[in-house]
Amino acid sequence: MIVIISAQQAQLDGPIDVRFGRCSWLLRIDTDTHQWEAFQNPGINQSGGAGVAAAQFAIDQHANAVISGDFGPNAANALRAAGVEMYRLVDGASTPQQALDLYTQGKLIAF
Amino acid sequence: MRIAVASGKGGTGKTTVATSLALSLAPRGNVWYVDCDVEAPNGHIFLKPQFNQALPAGIRIPKIDPELCSLCGRCVEVCQFHALAKIGKTILVFPQLCHGCGSCTWNCPEQAITEQFTPIGSLELGRTESGLNFAHGILTISEPMATPVIRQLKRQQQFTDCDVIVFDAPPGASCSVVETLRGVDFVLLVTEPTPFGLHDLKQMLGIVSEMGLPAGLVINRESGAYPPLAELCASAKLPVLMRIPFNRQYAEGLAKGQTLIQIAPEYVKLFQEVYDQISTILNLPGSQAEPNQEKP
Repeated sequence: MIVIISAQQAQLDGPIDVRFGRCSWLLRIDTDTHQWEAFQNPGINQSGGAGVAAAQFAIDQHANAVISGDFGPNAANALRAAGVEMYRLVDGASTPQQALDLYTQGKLIAF
Repeated sequence: MRIAVASGKGGTGKTTVATSLALSLAPRGNVWYVDCDVEAPNGHIFLKPQFNQALPAGIRIPKIDPELCSLCGRCVEVCQFHALAKIGKTILVFPQLCHGCGSCTWNCPEQAITEQFTPIGSLELGRTESGLNFAHGILTISEPMATPVIRQLKRQQQFTDCDVIVFDAPPGASCSVVETLRGVDFVLLVTEPTPFGLHDLKQMLGIVSEMGLPAGLVINRESGAYPPLAELCASAKLPVLMRIPFNRQYAEGLAKGQTLIQIAPEYVKLFQEVYDQISTILNLPGSQAEPNQEKP
């Protein structure tokens, strides 16, 4: 499974970013191999359409699920059309690692 | 001559100046007042025109023929606004992000894209009782993009053979203002002697200088000296073409929907002088409204 999490830093134990389209980093995590990689969000500096740009990135990365604080209508439409699951952060998920753990335990809320 | 009235800060007196300037010039020729503040047009409240023409304003949004589309993704790549996304075996269009620029259509190697006119607002044209031509654009509520409506408003055929057009610009210092200023001969800036007015005047001067447009200033609601504004005018070589003092009577009249020249008719002559000063700055022959006449 490929999971993408929005983050403020390129670290699994750094602060999470509650914004999807405007987050600094998108962490791509392979839950099977436990390998992960950080990508700069292509949407961050766009004047508009940041959510779609970030969603397109997640889709191109073949993500199965995306975790963030919330999803705008355009990003959500794109991700939904691509069949990418969306999950919202809950209390206790302040780092990407914690969010990933809660996700694997099935404790995140589906968007 | 095309004059844009702009300010940066809202509520400095753009519409007060633009409506009275246009009314003062109307007896001299064929004059248009054009309200480009399409998100909240208010010139009609003061000028009370009779409308005789209404047109739709819109943008052309791409429609992709799935039979012809080879899913190459070129359209997604060229769209600067992320209005297109490639998802599996489809290209998704986000109409609210589309600027109608046509890049996707132009770049599609399969010619799979056609464009569909999608209304986002309307234009209304008419005339006031005193013979001033009037036009404004209205952006439909919830539509996010004002610039296409402004662009279509400014392109009206009727404007081509007139003597003077006064464009009443939207507030702010963003795309809508730039769209309004594009192609004008002169920018009449309106400010108030406050730190906020000064700050936004500087923003406007940045835009005006980048666009290479000549500008002059109207200081509205003046009461006493405000040195920072005088210093800015001196350093930016910005000529002050009119000063409107703070006056409770003006405020009361404007609040009732009267124009400044209705409240204080002596301003007719003063606005005509502003126009003459602009003609001098632009080196136009005579002081009358004769924009089509070539310089000898």
